[in-house]
Amino acid sequence: MKVVVDEEKCVAAGQCVNAAMDVFDQREEDGIVVLLDENPSDDLADDVRTAAAVCPALAIRIEE
Amino acid sequence: MAEADTLAPDEQIYHYQDDRDPKCPFAPPPKLRALNETAPVSRARIWDGSDHWLVTGHAAQRAILSDPRVSSDDKQPGFPYPNKPMADTAHLHPLTIFNADGADHTRIRRMMTRPFTRPRMEALRPKIQQFTDELIDKMLDGPKPADLVTSLSLPLPSLMICALLGVPYEDHEFFQEHAGLATRSDKTTEEQNAANEALGGYLARLLQKKMEEPEEDVLSDFAARIKDGDLTLPEATLLSMILLIAGHETSASMITMGTALLLENPDELARLREIDDTKDAQNAVEEILRYLTIAQFGQRRIAAEDFEFEGVQIKRGDGIIVPLPAGNWDPEAFPEPEKLDLTRKATHHHAFGWGIHQCLGQQLARIELQVVYGTLYRRVPTLRLAVDRDELAFRPADALAFAIPELPVTW
Repeated sequence: MKVVVDEEKCVAAGQCVNAAMDVFDQREEDGIVVLLDENPSDDLADDVRTAAAVCPALAIRIEE
Repeated sequence: MAEADTLAPDEQIYHYQDDRDPKCPFAPPPKLRALNETAPVSRARIWDGSDHWLVTGHAAQRAILSDPRVSSDDKQPGFPYPNKPMADTAHLHPLTIFNADGADHTRIRRMMTRPFTRPRMEALRPKIQQFTDELIDKMLDGPKPADLVTSLSLPLPSLMICALLGVPYEDHEFFQEHAGLATRSDKTTEEQNAANEALGGYLARLLQKKMEEPEEDVLSDFAARIKDGDLTLPEATLLSMILLIAGHETSASMITMGTALLLENPDELARLREIDDTKDAQNAVEEILRYLTIAQFGQRRIAAEDFEFEGVQIKRGDGIIVPLPAGNWDPEAFPEPEKLDLTRKATHHHAFGWGIHQCLGQQLARIELQVVYGTLYRRVPTLRLAVDRDELAFRPADALAFAIPELPVTW
């Protein structure tokens, strides 16, 4: 699994961190998404899919 | 918008929105719910007699709220205002996170997001727990019955938003009263303006003070941006007002309404008391958020161009209303929506909206609710209503937030 985030689209809702905090964080100064792990392991796959699904700005893309 | 002579007869069109059924006060209004059985998009008439698109299906709401061809610009002719005071004052509205699109929205929102990130909110959990425990202690030491709203629901989020913004909590009676007046649909435009001015003057003075003596809080952050020329004082005042109002009324309502709902569902309440897994506790909060969807007034948008959507032809300038409770009770997305099921996977709900305008303070609200729901019913296992459910006064369906102004409880 490969994860791609779009910082321009991100609205800092924090949903991705809620869903998968080992993979996503938020930038200190404005809360914009920080990708901690662009190739998360299989055991995190469900959480990462949830993160992409609950992102209100559609800023997370998953390439399987 | 359709021409006046082509408008549907009054009795044939859905009047947004009908009242909730007093027998099921927590469910969305019956006619609104019924639209989930027909089509995801329909026509509806609002308070001023104008007709607009009503997007009720969950998937359709998701699509329309993230569609860049749809605008939040409330100065466009034909915009579906929630009420008369909003319509009367729209021409005066400066750009905010609510009515800005695209790059303007991004610029303003990013000035407000820093204090509300998930990691920052998580760090506040011990403080939220401490305030919750202290407020419950005080309630238990006081007379029975108690009003949950004034004992816990309002003070907790008010204390938290005050601490975050750097607004003195001693002033809470002043700003709670004026925030209330500024957001009630039953108030006149003049009354709302007066409340807004009083609140604005108060916050402007605080911001000026923070320019001289900055502290570690959001208002000081805005004050620094005024000094740097990124914001004007009126803009910073408005951002502060949005955060202050949105920061306490909504969470307060979720605490009150959530408690009333759980007391009516004793099996789910018992289940909630037993939850010790963090994820299960988080999920329970999401289901309660879905069920109540207190942001009931419907998100308002206007089409910025012509496009086809869910089999209808939307024209540039058409008003669009997205009633979030309808999406959250769409059986396609949430089977048996009328069933409160704390184990339901509910994270895809629209209680905080959807798209770029999704609630800024949602992570604060979540943690406040996780702490309160996880504490109150365990510490006060005999908590119950001190009046009959039928005696509870709910705010009307056209109020901005679904709420019970007073919840008498005993134990």
